[in-house]
Amino acid sequence: MSSVVAIEHVEPVSGRSSVVRSLHRRPLVVVAVAFVAALVLVSLIAPWLAPYDPRAQDLSNALGGPTSHHLLGTDSLGRDVLSKILYGGRRSLLSIAEGVVVVLTLGVPLGLIAGYRGGWTDQALGRLAEVLLAVPAIIFVLVVLAVAPHNEDVAMVTFGVLGVPVMFRVVRGASLRVREDLYVSAARISGLSHPRIMVRHVLPRVKGPIIVQATLFAAYALLFETGLAYLGLTSDAGTPTWGGMVGEASAVIEQQRWLLVPPGVVIALTILAFAVIGDATRDALSERTQSSRASSRGRPTLSTPAPSHAGRHAGDVQLLAVDNLRVVLPDDRGEVPVVDSVSLSVAAGETVGLVGESGSGKTVTALALLRLLPPALRMSSGSVCVEGVDVSSMSERAFDRLRGSTLAYISQEPQSALDPTFTLGSQLVEVVRRHEEASRPKARRRALELLGMVELPDPERVARSRAHELSGGMAQRVAIAIALAGRPKLLIADEPTTALDVTVQAEILALLKRIQRETHMGLLLITHNWGVVADSCDRTMVMYAGQIVEESPSQDLFDRPRHPYTLGLLNSHPAMARAGAALTTMQGGVPSPGSWPTGCRFASRCRFVASECTGHAIPLTQQSTHRSTRCVRTAEIFGEVHA
Amino acid sequence: MVRLLLRRLAASVPLLLVVCSTTFFLAALIPGDLARTILGPNASQDQYLALRDQLGLNKPLTERYWAWLTDALHGNLGQSLFNQEPVTSLLDTRLPTTLSLVVGATILAAVLGVGLGIASARSAGMLGRVVDALALVGLALPNFFLGLLLVSWFAVSLQLLPATGYVPFTQSPGGWTKSLILPVVTLALPGVAVVAKQTRDSMKDVSRQPFVRTLRASGISRRSITFKHVLRSAAIPVVTVIGLVFVGALSGTVLVESVFAMPGLGGLAVQATANHDLPLIQGVVVYFTVIVIAVNVLVDIAYGALDPRVRVS
Repeated sequence: MSSVVAIEHVEPVSGRSSVVRSLHRRPLVVVAVAFVAALVLVSLIAPWLAPYDPRAQDLSNALGGPTSHHLLGTDSLGRDVLSKILYGGRRSLLSIAEGVVVVLTLGVPLGLIAGYRGGWTDQALGRLAEVLLAVPAIIFVLVVLAVAPHNEDVAMVTFGVLGVPVMFRVVRGASLRVREDLYVSAARISGLSHPRIMVRHVLPRVKGPIIVQATLFAAYALLFETGLAYLGLTSDAGTPTWGGMVGEASAVIEQQRWLLVPPGVVIALTILAFAVIGDATRDALSERTQSSRASSRGRPTLSTPAPSHAGRHAGDVQLLAVDNLRVVLPDDRGEVPVVDSVSLSVAAGETVGLVGESGSGKTVTALALLRLLPPALRMSSGSVCVEGVDVSSMSERAFDRLRGSTLAYISQEPQSALDPTFTLGSQLVEVVRRHEEASRPKARRRALELLGMVELPDPERVARSRAHELSGGMAQRVAIAIALAGRPKLLIADEPTTALDVTVQAEILALLKRIQRETHMGLLLITHNWGVVADSCDRTMVMYAGQIVEESPSQDLFDRPRHPYTLGLLNSHPAMARAGAALTTMQGGVPSPGSWPTGCRFASRCRFVASECTGHAIPLTQQSTHRSTRCVRTAEIFGEVHA
Repeated sequence: MVRLLLRRLAASVPLLLVVCSTTFFLAALIPGDLARTILGPNASQDQYLALRDQLGLNKPLTERYWAWLTDALHGNLGQSLFNQEPVTSLLDTRLPTTLSLVVGATILAAVLGVGLGIASARSAGMLGRVVDALALVGLALPNFFLGLLLVSWFAVSLQLLPATGYVPFTQSPGGWTKSLILPVVTLALPGVAVVAKQTRDSMKDVSRQPFVRTLRASGISRRSITFKHVLRSAAIPVVTVIGLVFVGALSGTVLVESVFAMPGLGGLAVQATANHDLPLIQGVVVYFTVIVIAVNVLVDIAYGALDPRVRVS
């Protein structure tokens, strides 16, 4: 007997029409519902359907296999198995109904009250549920059957009561989430009585989980009922029951094994039917709560690169050269671009900033370079060259060796970037030993050296601690130490200071600068903080809606922006504002992937927008040796460039 | 950590009390008369009154409850009505069998389930469907029926293993192992898929966490990420589920011990029910509850070992 405890994960829901519709699309569910309905009907009319009296013995014909007279054979007393199955379903279905009714009449109202009211009612009921769940249900029912022998109704009601806690928790959880919904609050404010709100407004929203839980409970109730019948604790010997038939079959298992089959199959099919209905309802509900997400994996498929700007820095081999990178989100209708024709390069010792509002595609660009895109995203074209070698067609295994040793990465949230369960020392030692042949003690010395290098005051102590024991700033230092362990040539830092206090921000930036000076590594610094750019970056790329819209040496960018978006960003930053001038803000937000216009993607927010800005894609045009911008009106707005 | 455990143990004392009291009152309040039930319809009124007196049914409920509770606190769960032996000694002789079965089934379900779960987390598709199918089979086949199927194949047809009976370990370790295989497999099977699903789901969840990205970016091999880092974090909910599988297997013994004629607590509970032996079955409730509480404490210890954050709180 499985425990009743295991099923509690149900998503909240609302409405039902689309749930019903999506259930219809699953043929298995239709079959399952039909099966249960047929079972109920057959049990009701069993006296008219059954070819024999299920108690009629015929010893001369005992243990006969299936024949044309006895389609499912006869048992050890010569009784017709088919007739016994038909009659046996009556008791089982009645028992299921008793259990389900108890679970519904107690579990649903109590769950609604606990979830809707909260407070001490909730706590007291929760405790009670906990106690009831602590002991295997079957043993409680045995106590009952010892006092009230063969009383199956009492047994099933008890089983129902023991199933209440699970239903209670499901309904409580679901109504807890509904409680704060606007229309429920509105109903409360408009003075509707609490019971009325619960029945009229909360109950319909939690109906889905209730159905799921009730069907699954029905499956368990049948398992339970047949088990008791198998043990002979519920019915007297003559009454046909499915579980009792399995018990009788087990006594003659060496003479006629066939007898196990009919009751076993009908029990299994009935349980399966309930389980299929419950599972499908749950799936249909969770499909509605989460938007369908297409996922596709695999190596990026590469198309021939379009004409590009790769030749700009011809001559010297760049540490990193990205050309025409495109990242897409595959979905039902095709591919939604998320990052589009991004080209960038970083030289050894250089710091390049990647700037833009949230949602502009900076992080996706960084993850694509490292081949660490989430499974839903795919790099569809473009090339990535590391030290002059095209790595985009490199095998996963070969690329694995680049990570940590050539390319390293630190992320925005330092604490969640560290494994919570291992000590920081052991994480660091593992990374060190991945990149160099070192004995454990030697790797440990190197780990402590790295912790010292990132200016942590007490490396020994830090090595012994775990991520949750450190402050954000300290955790970020450890993350930097881990990134440096393989002596990388390029560090990609995704907003490394955003989650930190302002004073700590400056320290971390100073640390990165110092390390860069010492190791001459390249740094791709993703940020939306102009202060960071002014402080650290030699060159800066501005990203908007998946594209680079301006590229420039940082100082020139501040002095003479050549794209209206850059100008807007600069003007809305307090530190950059000119004294006396009003601080402006940009209206609206970055359009999300899938809703990008054909023309200039910034057009809807641009105060210089003109007719030529919309209608066709705007190319990134070179303004001077080191500057380019994606704006057709640059000259009109900002004047000619004086290179 | 030690303090956390002590607190959990202290919290389980009232739980045990509530469960035992519930059982007691449940038995007292259920429609039915124990003395009448035991004697059957043909007994005389004198016999009936004598038995009621002997069972103490004439005393007020609270007095009976108090007496039962004080005795229980002194380790005395009363005498079996059927053969007059002390309940605790009857149960103690049966305990090793049940523990062998349930611990064996839990280990088997955990090992197979975690293995399958890891495999199907790494390679979706075929294996995932195997796990899903196994879950349906585990749910749909009642354990008593599954046990009989195994008996019919491995004992009756192939004659590889004994159909029923238990051999104590002290008597013959080989025989002990053989006698346990079929019932342990029967008890473990429903748990395998449950553990596998939880392992797969929580490994997928953990794989999406930022620290896995950092590990990959720092060049750690995928094998180490899966088996060392992801598995350890993912193991926390899996341990909870393994605890539930243990409790499931424990209640499963009621049927499975009957199928395989194993002399354990579950089988004893069924006999006690058939004999209307109320003190004995109340004793089984106490033993089961204590076992469940012990397992929950073990689960807590495992939490602490896996997740350092628990130790602090």
